[in-house]
Amino acid sequence: MGILEVKGVNKRFGGLQALGDVNLSVAENTVHAIIGPNGAGKSTLLNCLVGKLIPDTGSVMFDGQSVLGRAPYEINQMGISRVFQTPEIFGDLTVMENMMIPCFAKRDGSFELNAMPSVGSQKDIIEKAESMLDDMNMADKRYMHAAALSRGDKRRLEIGMCLSQEPRLLLLDEPTAGMARADTNNTIDLLKQIKDERDITIAIIEHDMHVVFSLAERITVLAQGTPLVEDTPENIKGHPKVREAYLGESA
Amino acid sequence: MDAFLIQILNGLDKGSAYALIALGLTLIFGTLGVVNFAHGALFMVGAFCAVTLQRVLTLSFETVDETQKDFLGNPLKVKTPYVESWFGPEAGAWIIDWAVPLAVLIAIPIMLLVGYVMERGLIKHFYKRPHADQILVTFGLAIVIQEIVKYFFGANPIQTPPPDALNGVANLGAALGMEIVYPVWRIVYFCFSVLIIGGIFAFLQFTTFGMVVRAGMADRETVGLLGINIDRKFTIMFGIAAAVAGLAGVMYGPINPPNYHMGMDFLVLSFVVVVVGGMGSLPGAVLAGFLLGILESFASTTWATTTIPGINQIIIYLVAIIVLLTRPRGLMGRKGVMEE
Amino acid sequence: MFGLDKKDTSLLIVVALLTLLAPFILNPFPSDSAMAQFNAGYPDLMQRFVIFGIFAVGFNILFGLTGYLSFGHAAFLGVGSYSAVWMFKLLSYNIIPAVVLAVIIAGLFSLLIGFISLRRSGIYFSILTLAFAQMSFALAYSVLSNPKFNLTNGETGLQVYADDPQWLHGANMPDVPHLFGLSMRSTYTLELGPWAFDFNTGYYICAIVMMVAFYLAIRIFRSPFGMMLRAVKSNQQRMNYTGLNTRPYTLAAFVISGMYAGLAGGLMAAMDPLAGAERMQWTASGEVVLMTILGGAGTLIGPVLGAGFIKYFENIFSKINDNVLHGWFAFLPDGLEDFVVTIIHPFVGKGWHLTLGLLFMMVVIFLPGGLVEGGQRLAAWVRSKRNKGQDDETTGKTEPAE
Repeated sequence: MGILEVKGVNKRFGGLQALGDVNLSVAENTVHAIIGPNGAGKSTLLNCLVGKLIPDTGSVMFDGQSVLGRAPYEINQMGISRVFQTPEIFGDLTVMENMMIPCFAKRDGSFELNAMPSVGSQKDIIEKAESMLDDMNMADKRYMHAAALSRGDKRRLEIGMCLSQEPRLLLLDEPTAGMARADTNNTIDLLKQIKDERDITIAIIEHDMHVVFSLAERITVLAQGTPLVEDTPENIKGHPKVREAYLGESA
Repeated sequence: MDAFLIQILNGLDKGSAYALIALGLTLIFGTLGVVNFAHGALFMVGAFCAVTLQRVLTLSFETVDETQKDFLGNPLKVKTPYVESWFGPEAGAWIIDWAVPLAVLIAIPIMLLVGYVMERGLIKHFYKRPHADQILVTFGLAIVIQEIVKYFFGANPIQTPPPDALNGVANLGAALGMEIVYPVWRIVYFCFSVLIIGGIFAFLQFTTFGMVVRAGMADRETVGLLGINIDRKFTIMFGIAAAVAGLAGVMYGPINPPNYHMGMDFLVLSFVVVVVGGMGSLPGAVLAGFLLGILESFASTTWATTTIPGINQIIIYLVAIIVLLTRPRGLMGRKGVMEE
Repeated sequence: MFGLDKKDTSLLIVVALLTLLAPFILNPFPSDSAMAQFNAGYPDLMQRFVIFGIFAVGFNILFGLTGYLSFGHAAFLGVGSYSAVWMFKLLSYNIIPAVVLAVIIAGLFSLLIGFISLRRSGIYFSILTLAFAQMSFALAYSVLSNPKFNLTNGETGLQVYADDPQWLHGANMPDVPHLFGLSMRSTYTLELGPWAFDFNTGYYICAIVMMVAFYLAIRIFRSPFGMMLRAVKSNQQRMNYTGLNTRPYTLAAFVISGMYAGLAGGLMAAMDPLAGAERMQWTASGEVVLMTILGGAGTLIGPVLGAGFIKYFENIFSKINDNVLHGWFAFLPDGLEDFVVTIIHPFVGKGWHLTLGLLFMMVVIFLPGGLVEGGQRLAAWVRSKRNKGQDDETTGKTEPAE
């Protein structure tokens, strides 16, 4: 029984069958990659996991509880954090403030009218945010506006923000899309480090095979909205069906 | 039955004005993505085009008529409008009598120009700014236009009568054997607005220009990628929207004497109309304009106002709130327009 | 001090000094001099400064922090005024129950309107609040003013009549709004040579309320709640995916700013026990937006500056007429003098609204950050000028100590 269990999920957009009978099980404390060609339904699947879309049929269970019909913020509070394809951060706020907000969300829940004490008096939050900034090697940028960060730093910050919530499942949506090689490698190293140091399950959607094969322990190949095959990276590499569907090679 | 039809007819003239202003608002909004709070002011400027023309036409010179004496025994001074001396007394009198319809002719170029200047001079710089800034700057502009008009024309409403031929009432129900007495000018106004609305829709439907504009409303970026100079087309569209609002104003004068704040009064309601119709939907704007106009007319009946005092003043807002909460995109709104 | 850091404490002290010494600061010219027309130290004008300051400070909590542009906040101000006058009519002229009820009713009213309006964001939100405000105006102006049920007294405005119950009215209490017997209208005039300074009870009560309101606003700005509101403005998507529910945050901000508006409305009625529907019109809502933007939305001091600026110039500009203008430009040759007067004439006196509209546009176009940003730019410019004039070795030291 994995931490995330997707069973028989279907999703249609008008005449288009975006997801057809998707079954997926992500085991705890693994890195599970979901790959597939464009239009395979990867993003749709991800959106069904975080509450942005509701599947037409099927079930999505996280740690034994259904996530269907819950708002994104509720699903997040259950322990699923999401990293977006283009980094979603609070551009008008400083890096430090960005890091503090998820710490507040972790401590106080989805809403807290904490209007009289000053931010400076929240020692536990400050400490936690600072140590996370240290972990992300961003302590020197703490007073910068997040919008002024480089693409790679924004990605780092976003991942750090997700981690400071201590999620049990981290969802990454093409985390290296549009990045230069150096930034991509940095991100891979960061994710490897996270995987080694923390009790965390990572599900990653990725285009870049280099990223997938350096990180993933299990891989699910999605094609035309249906899982084609699920296996270890070694087996996936040589799988004829995958080559045919995904790499476009005739066997 | 008669009373019922009368209420529908009563709603048509206000409905026409709402529809015309809302149509322009939606056009601007759909094409340029700008929320124009100064659109009501354009309606008002149109109405004052008619006032101005009327004043210009009645400019007179004085002559001394030796054949007539005033009560002191001095020769009587007679005022003759210049137009009467140029075109002869009869033609001149006719021109003055028809000042309001004639004002349509001068209002078209004036409003196109005003729209052009507004777009190039101000709105253009706000395409990329947040909606809040667009609202604020056009709100400021509306105040400025309003105050300028007030400075020149004063704060009181100014009578702009319709031509004698179109003044008075007609019995519309004669053919049906019913008694439906209704002012002629309101019928004219309704037909006029139907004509303009039809013209706009035909223009958008059957011309290449209109096709590009419609495509731009659907997806601005893609059309831009096709290498079509969409900006210039949008400028022209802004001018057209201004002209539509202006014409609605010109012809509205005989129904309600123009004053400097008439634009603001109509603007708020027209916004409500746009929202009820659905942001970015032209048929929605027209439909909602007439619907709300008629609804308002029904709420103004004695029966309604004695049941719920003042219901006529709040009915439109109530409807708008209910529509927005139950159908967030309005009656005919499309997905993805103005959603964050 | 008071749980604020050093910078905020000094800001609070500056505001406190300015408001407490306002009777002196606003009356710099001797009362018999030609410049006396620029004095602004009259009780009713000073009251308006601080009351609108409260209104704008509250509005800024919503607009400045969350970015939700409400075009209907005047409705809450009006509701506050009506509630206060009703307290005068039913209980007594004591302002405490009046102002308290004004805040409570405005809070409840904004809870209702906010609950519905905040289901939408962006332009829809603005239009919804606008529709609500116009509806409230119509309600106050006519609907709730009929013989069967007269809550607002329509066009005349709600006021206290001799036959009103006033159950708690004591025989020895003044027949004007008062605080436990201390009349709002009592004024002590200090004459120093040609200068005259008015110290008005009502003003000082409003000023103290404003300082408290301002202090609370600082606390809110610096609190985790305030940070969340800024986060709402910055990126709602990230908020949602960080486990935070934006709706209650924006609603809380909306209600808080509605209560500030109610407080302002209540005080307005406490200074002059009359409430009219025109207070709720959308142009009045537009005015508070302008005050906030002009001063600097999202900054602490901005709305206070904006409110003072607008109300001061409204007062001064409205007073200038052609005679005054001719007096000013008398030194010019006759033709030129008339010409200059003709040019300026439309912008002053009754033309104040024209100036206001232009000001609105200028600020949005050239100075979106308002006076505060303008001041900062100016300071930066002066600093760079000064730095240029100095040797390289000293430039390092002129960095601002933030």
